[in-house]
Amino acid sequence: MANYNLQINGKQMEVDVDEDTPLLWVLRDHLGLVGTKYACGIAQCGACTVHVNGEPTFSCVKPISDVANEKITTIEGLSKDGDHPVQKAWDEVDVAQCGYCQAGQIMSAAALLKKNPKPSLDEIDEGMNRNICRCGTYHKIREAVALAAKTK
Amino acid sequence: MADITKTNRRDFLKIAATATGGLLIGFYWSSCDSPKVKVLSIEEVLNKAHNFNSFLSISPDGDIVIYSPNPELGQNIKTSFPMVVAEELDADWSKVRVLQAPLDTDKFDRQLTGGSGAMPHSWERLRKAGATAKYLLLAAAAKQLDVDQATLTAEKSVVIHKSSGKKLTYGELVEAASALQAPEEVLLKDPKDFTLIGTPVRNVDNKDIVTGKPLFGLDFYREGMMHAMIQRPPFGKKIKSVDDSEAKAVKGVTDVIQYDNFVAIVGKSTWPLIKAKRRLKVTYEADGNVESTADHDRIMKELLDSRDARVMRSDGEVDKAFASAAKVITSEYQCPFLPHAPMEPMNFFAHVKGEEVELIGPTQTPDAARMQTAALLGIPKENVTVDITRLGGGFGRRLRADYVIDAVEVSKRINAPVKVTWTREDDMIGGAYRPAVRYRFSAALDEGGNMIGYKLRGVGLNAGNSVRQDNFPSGAVPNVLIENINYDSTVTTNAWRAPITNFLAYAEQSFLDEVALAVDKDPVKFRLDLLEKAKSSPVGAVNYDVDRMIGVIKDAAERSNWGKDNNVKQGFSVYFSHRSYVAQVANIEMVNGQPFLKKIIASTDCGIVVNPTGANHQVRGGIVDGMGHAMFGNLVFEDGSPKQKNFDTYRLIRMKEVPDIDVNYIDSGFEPTGLGEPALPPTGGAIANAIFAATGKRLRSQPFIEQKEFSDLNLQMFRS
Ligand code: FES
Ligand code: FES
Repeated sequence: MANYNLQINGKQMEVDVDEDTPLLWVLRDHLGLVGTKYACGIAQCGACTVHVNGEPTFSCVKPISDVANEKITTIEGLSKDGDHPVQKAWDEVDVAQCGYCQAGQIMSAAALLKKNPKPSLDEIDEGMNRNICRCGTYHKIREAVALAAKTK
Repeated sequence: MADITKTNRRDFLKIAATATGGLLIGFYWSSCDSPKVKVLSIEEVLNKAHNFNSFLSISPDGDIVIYSPNPELGQNIKTSFPMVVAEELDADWSKVRVLQAPLDTDKFDRQLTGGSGAMPHSWERLRKAGATAKYLLLAAAAKQLDVDQATLTAEKSVVIHKSSGKKLTYGELVEAASALQAPEEVLLKDPKDFTLIGTPVRNVDNKDIVTGKPLFGLDFYREGMMHAMIQRPPFGKKIKSVDDSEAKAVKGVTDVIQYDNFVAIVGKSTWPLIKAKRRLKVTYEADGNVESTADHDRIMKELLDSRDARVMRSDGEVDKAFASAAKVITSEYQCPFLPHAPMEPMNFFAHVKGEEVELIGPTQTPDAARMQTAALLGIPKENVTVDITRLGGGFGRRLRADYVIDAVEVSKRINAPVKVTWTREDDMIGGAYRPAVRYRFSAALDEGGNMIGYKLRGVGLNAGNSVRQDNFPSGAVPNVLIENINYDSTVTTNAWRAPITNFLAYAEQSFLDEVALAVDKDPVKFRLDLLEKAKSSPVGAVNYDVDRMIGVIKDAAERSNWGKDNNVKQGFSVYFSHRSYVAQVANIEMVNGQPFLKKIIASTDCGIVVNPTGANHQVRGGIVDGMGHAMFGNLVFEDGSPKQKNFDTYRLIRMKEVPDIDVNYIDSGFEPTGLGEPALPPTGGAIANAIFAATGKRLRSQPFIEQKEFSDLNLQMFRS
C-alpha cells in the first residue's frame, strides 16, 4: 500500500492503495466517482475513458502509480453543470440507449473535439472507433459529435 | 377520505388524495366481475391495492409523478410509458417526473422486460389512467367555473374555458378533483389528436447519463458493503481441487469460500478480487459431457438425419409434393452459440438479514430474482425486496437470476451486505448463451416454378423449439413439413434478443432467395406472389397479417429503388416477429471494383409509433446488432469452455463498420407493438442476399467473416 495524492476534477484527493491498482477502481471503489465504467478491463471498449492531462485514457489499465501527479478529469468533472457542449449535444440528439457506454463516449468525443474542433465525418468515425456501444447508438454518436463541433 | 368507483369493465380505478393534497390514481385489474365499491385510504391505495399498472400523482403545485414499473435497459420504456399517460392527461411534459418503481407484484402488472411485450400489454391501460385523471380535473373545473364540462378543454396541464378565456391549472384543481367520483367510462383521444405521442421525446434520464450519475447496478455502493467475485466451472465439469493460498495472500481479500461448484473470493474492494482470481488455482474433472465446437458441429449434422424429429406443423402431403417436383432445392444453414455481452457485466447487491433479504441491481425479471431467492433460503417471498437499478443492456441475459443468487449465497455465508461483480471474462465464459442451431430447408418446385412443397428441420443445442412453424412462408405453400429436434447440451442457453428468429430469419430469408433465383424470379416479386397465395388460398393457420407484410415489403422496395440501379447490388429480407413487421434492403455498391456495404433501408410496421426518437433507436440499434453478430459473432468451445473470453477475441461491431441506415414507419393505425427486437432478425438475411447479388457467394453460416466464401471477397465494411 502506498499513499497517493491525486488531482481529480480540479481537486486534491488522497488514497491509500496498492500501486498496481488501476485508476478505474480507485475512482469507483475509493473515491465514489462511479461515472467512469468498467466493461472489459483490458483496454478494448473505452467505457472507462477519462482524461489524463487532456489525453483520452483507458483508466482500466492505468496503474495509479502512473498518474499520481497528473491532471485527471472524469465525466463528473467535465463541466460544472453538465453543460459541456458535448454533454449538451448528447442530450439534444438523445444519444443514449442503455447509457452504460456513454460516459466513455462523451469523454472520447470531448478529447477529440479539443484536438480537432471541426472534424470531418471520417475523422469522427476514426476518433470514436475505440469506444464500443453494444446498443448500437453509433449513428447518434456521430450526429452528436458533429452537433457539438458546430455549437462549440 | 378517498373513494373507489366500481365500473362494469374488468379494470377498476382507484383515486385517493395524497398526503399533500394531490391526486393519486392507479388502476388495477381483476378477473372479478362485480367488485364491491369500497373506500380506500391513501395507504391502502399505495400499499394494498392489487395489480397496479400505472401510477400517477399530481401535486397542488402542478408537479406530476409517474411511476415506471418495468426495468429500463435501453428500450426506452421509462420514457415511452409515461408519455402515453401524459398524452391522455394533456400534461405539461416538462413538469412530469418519472420514477423507477421497485418490484411490487401487488401493485404492478407484468413487471419485466422481454419479448417486446410491454407496450402492447399496457397501451390501453396507460391511456385510461391518463384519461381518467383528466376527466376528473375537467369535472372539478366545470364545478368551479360553473360551466358545462363539455365546453372545457385542456392543454399542458391547464384547463381552458374558451368563450370566457378563463384558465385553471391542474395544480389548482387537484384537491377538488380528488374528492370526485371517477367516471364509469372515459373517452380516449382519437389518435389524430395526439400531441405528445408521435413526437420525439428525449430519454428522461439523459441528464443523469451524460453527467455520470450512479444509475446502474454496478454503481451501487453502501457503507460496510463487501465485494465478491465468483469462479465458475467449465461446462460439464466439477471442482476437483482448490488451492487458494496465493489468492488469500492478496491484500484486501478477506475470504475465499468454496460452495457447490463455485469458489467465491470476498474482499473490501474490486481490484484485489481481480488479482486474487488470477491467482486462484482450481482444477476440474469431468461431470457430464465436456463438449467442444467440433462435437457440436458433428452432433447437429448427425441429428439433421435423425428419425426422431418432432413434427411442429404439417400441411398437405409433403412426400407426394417432393416426389412429383420438377426441381428440389436443399440447403443447410448454421449459427454458433453467442454471449449476450451487455456492456455492464452481471452484478447484484444482496443483504441477507436472517429471514429477510434486500436485493438491489439490474434485472429484467425482478420477480424471478425474488422467487429464486425465497426458494433458496426457504423463506416467504414477502421477505424479499427488490429495487431495480437501470440496466447497462440486457439482450435477454438478465432474464436469468444466476448472478442474483451468487450474491445471496455469498451474503448468507459472510453474514454481511455484498455486491457480486462478474468480470467480463466471467460474463463470456459463464454461460446462458444464444443456442447454436443448424437448419435444413428444402423446396419442391413444379414445372411452372411454383413452390409446391416446403420443408424445414431445425436442430438446436438447448434451443427448445428452434423453428417458428407458423411463420411465413407457412400458409402460402400447399405442402409443408416443419420439424424440430432439440439436443441437451451441457452448455447453458437463454433467450437472446429476438430468440431463435435472430438466426432463423437470416437462414429462411437466404433460402427463399435461393429458391427465387432458382426459378428466375425477382426476390421481392417472389415473396409478394407467395403472400398473395396466403391471402387468396391460405393453407392451414396464417398467423401473420398478410397485408401488413405486403405493406412493409412494398415500402422498402420503393424507397430503396429496388432493382432499378445496376451499380447497386441489393439484398432483400422481411420478417414478422414480436407482433411487428420489418422489411430491409441492404445496398452494396462497387467502389474501385470492390463490394462496399453502403446502406440498409428498413421499413417497419409497429402500429402507432409512440416516440420516434426511441423507435429510431430500436430499429437502427437492432440492425447494427443484427449486422454485428452476423458478421463477427462467434464463440468456439474447447474442453467445455469458450475460447473467446473478452472483447479482444470476441469482436463487437464498431463505429467505422456501420453503414447508413434509413428508416421509415408504415402508418397503419394499429395499436403500438414492441420494437426492442423485431428489427434485428431481417438484417443478416438482407446482407447475405446482397453479398450474393454482388459476388455470387452464398453465406450459409455465421459469422460471415469466418466463412471461406467470405475470405476472398474483400468486402469493404468501412464507410467511404
Ligand atoms: S473497461 Fe477499459 S477499455 Fe473497456
Ligand atoms: S448505450 Fe448501451 S452500450 Fe452504448
